[in-house]
Amino acid sequence: MQTFTQRFANPTQFMGLSARLLPWVAGLAAAIIAYGLYLAFFVAPPDYLHGEIARIMFVHVPSAWMAMACYALIAVSAFGLLVFRHPLADVSAKAAAPIGAAFTFLALFTGSLWGKPAWGTYWVWDARLTSVLILFFLYLGLIALRSSIEDETLASKLTAILALVGIVMLPIIKFSVDWANTLHQPSSVLKLSGPTIHSSILTPLLVMGVGFLVLFIAMHLKAMRNEILRRRVKALQLAEVARAQSGQVTAPAE
Amino acid sequence: MDLGPNAPFIWTAYGMVAFVIAGLFTWLVLDGRAQQRRLADFETRGVKRRTGPEATTTRSEG
Amino acid sequence: MSAFFTLVARDLRLAVRQGGALGTALGFYLVVVAMLPLGLGADLNLLSRIAPGVLWIALLLSALLSLGRVFESDYEDGSLDVLATGPLPLELVAAAKALAHWISTSVPLALLAPVLGILLNLELSAYPALVATMLIGTPAVSFIGAIGAALTLTARRGGLLIALLVLPLYVPTLVFGIAAISAMLGPDEVAPPLLILTAISLGAVVLGPLAAAAALRTQMQ
Repeated sequence: MQTFTQRFANPTQFMGLSARLLPWVAGLAAAIIAYGLYLAFFVAPPDYLHGEIARIMFVHVPSAWMAMACYALIAVSAFGLLVFRHPLADVSAKAAAPIGAAFTFLALFTGSLWGKPAWGTYWVWDARLTSVLILFFLYLGLIALRSSIEDETLASKLTAILALVGIVMLPIIKFSVDWANTLHQPSSVLKLSGPTIHSSILTPLLVMGVGFLVLFIAMHLKAMRNEILRRRVKALQLAEVARAQSGQVTAPAE
Repeated sequence: MDLGPNAPFIWTAYGMVAFVIAGLFTWLVLDGRAQQRRLADFETRGVKRRTGPEATTTRSEG
Repeated sequence: MSAFFTLVARDLRLAVRQGGALGTALGFYLVVVAMLPLGLGADLNLLSRIAPGVLWIALLLSALLSLGRVFESDYEDGSLDVLATGPLPLELVAAAKALAHWISTSVPLALLAPVLGILLNLELSAYPALVATMLIGTPAVSFIGAIGAALTLTARRGGLLIALLVLPLYVPTLVFGIAAISAMLGPDEVAPPLLILTAISLGAVVLGPLAAAAALRTQMQ
């Protein structure tokens, strides 16, 4: 495992490797999602209880899965930064946060639209949606903390600590939300689809899940590339300022 | 394709997913291009990160 | 250990001398609780049903007010650097300050709660349950809050940021605090939520200072 991450430790190597990988990953994501959509709309039968509306599940559940997977990735990156001082750990964490927040928002939005026809209300405080909502707050906290600290190294370490605190608290929060839910039973309980998930529903779901995962990987790679470029730009800006200050200003190319 | 009486909900949900993913995609592409432009700009001005013993050494990325 | 308690005593003395912080927190608690009937209507039945939740949430918000100062004043005048290089490990420094916050702010808030319960028509049989669960749950409030205070020490807009960072982390304490009160007033077993609440507080007391010290160390280099 160590040598695998070590191979990506050099930013220049990462840029080279990701440049080659990215088109393939993106293409694969598009293909899998296209296939998944086909399955979702033309193969999967309508839900016995909720009818066609349950087709929202095929984007709602993968979004929620990605929201959680992304936070796990951020926590692993945070660990990599604080414990192993991996050079790309912070780039990974910073790039992942907005993407994870977007997936969390999608999980909430699609869940809400599923709720209105299914339970009669746009929002219900069932355990699952509530946990995702709090996950959304955790993402907002990470992004807000990073944006309010100027020094990049400081920001990287503090957000890493926050991410690790968050990942420790997440199971406890989930547990407490589940508990609260059994106390105050919602009027109807969300069931994915009947007593067991039939393969005609499960297959499109898994395909979309994999598609979203590959899509996430593609976006994360691209975001990491952008972040590495952004840091190069900053370094060059600092170098330029330093040179100007030490009296060695290059004449601009005419 | 008949998606029943709740079709607008289904379309809105999928629509928002498409919108957000497209938005992320666009932002990532545009941001990448902006950074490349800035780097190219520095390139033409001959600014390099380690420009000599007098300049302050800058922290490398990561 | 005596260094630890010396620090706690010193922080408590400072808190007493500065006075204002506790008064503000208590005043805020009062005002927020008073706003609720004004906003929700004075239906006493409704109010008495939501009173435990309201009192808990308003307590969390009031505690948040004073959390920013846990490390701030010492950081600003350099005392934190002295403490960091002193005999106490930074983790115990953070723990001492969180403990001082609990004693000087959270406990008074918890003791004020039944008085404010009158405004919300809280049933009298709920008073002991309310105070007991708050006393057991507020260590989590202070010690988790200390993590937020440490993380936002040098950040801009620190006050608002603490609330955003820390409130989601308060959810388990809130949920089990309310569950414990409901259990004490109702037919359910009291032990499970109460024990879980205690476990959360104890966990916060042990792990909070670790995270807070890590955050402090990062910002003091």
